[in-house]
Amino acid sequence: MKRTARDSEESNQRLNRRTLMLGGAMGAMIAVLGVRMRYLQVDQADEFKLLAEENRINIRLIPPERGLIQDRNGKIIAGNEQNYRVVITREAAGDVDLVMRRLASIIPMTAEEMGQTIKEVNALSAFVPVTVAERLSWDDFSKVAVNAPALPGVVPEVGQSRRYPLDTDFAHVVGYVGPVSEKDLEGLESPDPLLRIPKFQIGKIGVEKWMEDTLRGEAGTKRIEVNSAGRVMRELERQEGDPGTDIRLTIDADIQNFAQVRLGTESAAVVVIDVTNGDIICIASAPSFDPNLFVRGISHADYNALTENDHRPLANKTVSGAYPPGSTFKMVTALAALEAGVVNADTKVSCPGYIEFGQRRFHCWKRAGHGTVRLERSLSESCDVYYYDLAQRVGIEKIAEMGRKLGLGRKFDLPMSAITDGSMPDKAWKLDRYKQEWRIGDTINASIGQGYVLSSPLQLAVMTARIASGRQITPRLVRMVHDKELPVPDAPPLEIPPEYLAAVRAGMHAVVNGERGTAKSSRIVDPTMVMAGKTGTSQVRNISKAERDSGVISNEDLPWNRRDHALFVGFAPFDAPRYAISVVVEHGGGGSTAAAPIARDIILRCMSGGLPSLEAYPSSQRGRIETMLKELPLRDPVTGITPVKTET
Amino acid sequence: MSFLEYRVKFAPTGIRKILYMNWPLVVLVIAVASVGFLMLYSIAGGSLDPWARRQMQVFGVGMLLMFIVALVPIWFWRSMAGLAYLTAFLLLIVVEIMGETNMGAQRWIDLGFMQFQPSEMMKFTLVMVLAAYYDWLEPKRVSRPLYVLIPVLLIVVPTVLVLMQPNLGTSLMLLLGGATVMFAAGVSLWYFAGVIALGVSAVVGVFTLRGTPWQLLHDYQYARIDTFLDPSADPLGAGYNIIQAKIALGSGGWSGKGFMQGTQSRLNFLPEKHTDFIFTTLAEEFGFVGAFSLLGLYALIIGFCLVAAFQNRDRFSALLIVGVAANFFFYIAVILSMVMGMAPVVGVPLPLLSYGGSAMMVLLVGFGLVQSAHVHRPR
Repeated sequence: MKRTARDSEESNQRLNRRTLMLGGAMGAMIAVLGVRMRYLQVDQADEFKLLAEENRINIRLIPPERGLIQDRNGKIIAGNEQNYRVVITREAAGDVDLVMRRLASIIPMTAEEMGQTIKEVNALSAFVPVTVAERLSWDDFSKVAVNAPALPGVVPEVGQSRRYPLDTDFAHVVGYVGPVSEKDLEGLESPDPLLRIPKFQIGKIGVEKWMEDTLRGEAGTKRIEVNSAGRVMRELERQEGDPGTDIRLTIDADIQNFAQVRLGTESAAVVVIDVTNGDIICIASAPSFDPNLFVRGISHADYNALTENDHRPLANKTVSGAYPPGSTFKMVTALAALEAGVVNADTKVSCPGYIEFGQRRFHCWKRAGHGTVRLERSLSESCDVYYYDLAQRVGIEKIAEMGRKLGLGRKFDLPMSAITDGSMPDKAWKLDRYKQEWRIGDTINASIGQGYVLSSPLQLAVMTARIASGRQITPRLVRMVHDKELPVPDAPPLEIPPEYLAAVRAGMHAVVNGERGTAKSSRIVDPTMVMAGKTGTSQVRNISKAERDSGVISNEDLPWNRRDHALFVGFAPFDAPRYAISVVVEHGGGGSTAAAPIARDIILRCMSGGLPSLEAYPSSQRGRIETMLKELPLRDPVTGITPVKTET
Repeated sequence: MSFLEYRVKFAPTGIRKILYMNWPLVVLVIAVASVGFLMLYSIAGGSLDPWARRQMQVFGVGMLLMFIVALVPIWFWRSMAGLAYLTAFLLLIVVEIMGETNMGAQRWIDLGFMQFQPSEMMKFTLVMVLAAYYDWLEPKRVSRPLYVLIPVLLIVVPTVLVLMQPNLGTSLMLLLGGATVMFAAGVSLWYFAGVIALGVSAVVGVFTLRGTPWQLLHDYQYARIDTFLDPSADPLGAGYNIIQAKIALGSGGWSGKGFMQGTQSRLNFLPEKHTDFIFTTLAEEFGFVGAFSLLGLYALIIGFCLVAAFQNRDRFSALLIVGVAANFFFYIAVILSMVMGMAPVVGVPLPLLSYGGSAMMVLLVGFGLVQSAHVHRPR
């Protein structure tokens, strides 16, 4: 094919033209790329720099150490212990099955747990550590550490965990901690970011819950660099948080232990208040449970055992239990009557064993009647008719007013869960609650602490403290926060003439120390520690006419849950009151036999600074008391170990 | 056409040819490749392995090939064009069949020391065969339909084969590269206008008929197109890469975070950082200054090629140079548009920088052809 020179010249020019066009187009495109580059890297640089930082930097919280809870002398009730745990990382382990099998041979682990862990490890990213076992003993923990070369990917770690060294003694007071639940977060407007940490532990009930803010502390933060897969590359910055604040309660741990042990297996509650300042010295509810079980995550079997027990170990009977106060209420009726002027200490009332109002006949507990009764004897022998007579003369309003003045029917602000108001009924209360008119029978029942009157052991202890001191004692549970003494709340004098209080106190003295006192067998003979008090036996059922005619069935013949509650309130020493006590033994039978002896032992323990001296007991009882005290499984004050009872 | 048409007597001979090579182009290529080594070293966390050392070895072999190709007269290469095209075509079919039997996509043939991709080879053999075709064709006839159909078939058939692999990026490159040679050869602009109009109307048709009973594609196919066009609609899938690339680029700022200090690449937020996304690492660590300088180097390489094409009065040589330069340009334009969020995600490597043996080797052979054309140009 021959081409002319002109042809090739022309085609060459066209080629050059087209090449020029191409060059221009390419140049333009490159210019566009350059402009875009400038836009991204110069104009928008700051925005992208921020995004890059967000990409790589994570802020993690460092959980603060939780504040300690101590007793009034600094003994630790709730502390933090090292939690020895073992974690495994898949990428470092290689053969997870093999490593886990080796691990299972040196630390306690069931096949089921092992399978669960292997499943979890394989489900997560290769670098995510999975906890294999927690709360290992130091021995097991060191075994893992020693065998580290044979256990690739297994790392022993130390964390913090809550521990209650006094286990059952403070379960109801201090409560326990547990992992944050959805329910805990509900209703919080801006929850502490700490609560978002998986398995972060917060107070669930008791002091742990109600003083959560004080105990928790402030989170620290660390800025860490992570890669795209979330693996932590390094720590960039660390800011330590503030540990939680330590709290000292007003409770004496040794006395609390004594009280708990003394109550034993009874379903019972005891509260001791320091009459001088309202400090709660001991507040024990029995039976109890080990809060450590809840921290670790309680098993179904353990939990069911607790909930199915008819003695209700989980209930804090000291503040949540509302009981008819029975005869322990008689001081309230007496003081109301004295203040109203309807009687004085010497007013005589005749007790034929019953009293009639309208159609109804109200019986005294003593069927034969007490004969002529004055105030002192009405208390010491607990004559019911005397109070029926007073009550219908004074009226319920005055009685209720006196009850409230002494602390009944109101809730005290303590950092504890499920505190009951109890009830101190009057006419308006009944109309409001039951839409019914108040009847005279209601007043009669209320006068001896039955019917609608309900009070918690704490309220009864406060009532006793107020009668003993003549001042408006308010109970308090927290003595110090972060080594600073909290101010003792004001306790202005009760607006009750002292002579009336003295008359009632004299009656209470006679209850324990009088020749015919109902709690005579529970008297303290040491003259510096003399106790005064009042027994109470409150019915949990109605006694029918048929029963009464055939003679009331004795408590021993009834099933446990239908027996009467046994109560006792008291204070000591009589001359210069220091401690007020209330004891309730659910379905314990009579107050004088079931509650008063317990009260005596515990109040003596408070006054003795150690085991009560036998000298304080009537000589005839010393042998029995000595054996009883010796057999109490008290916690060793040094080692903190509770002896295990061995059957002989 | 005989060899006598070239004025051979003025052309340099023997080893002296080396002195007559386009040396600025050689230096620029070495410079850009060196930037690549540096980036591969940085991406590996300051290590020659696994990428930088191997890339340097491949580059060394490739440079040797480039010189050998450059020293061989251009008319030899022209006579080889048809054979080379046929070989590449057959190899494409071979991998296609092997891919079938291997139950999956296979793009390469294992040569033992490296994996060879026939589609890469096709890039420049297509340019060669088109250049030879237009060198043979009388310029008056270039726009006649029959003579347009032949090169169109030469382009479309291998393009379809590569698309079936599937390798969207490379097939797009073949199409654009071939079309550029046709454009430079002087094919009437009406053909290009026609194809563009057809393409636009097809796209418009596909989208306007969407949702109507006459829609041209299945719904899932539309969904795929949507993610393809707007990756940010799928920020954890396809969009993730582009978003992270833009963050890397933008956070580099004016002067960058410093060599080996790029957080986006070091912490693995960037995907494919040693291949398709290598530019983002450069932009992150050396900032606008570094990225723009690289763009400048690329522009210079293209510029020198186009100037060489102007200087060359041999039609085959000029078309070959334009074809190689255009190919080079399209790679850069597509991948940079992609990482800067201006174009949908199409996986193509960045020439001379991305890690990869075949691409590097083939590109250097391409530059060898450019040098051969330059050395043996009619004077």
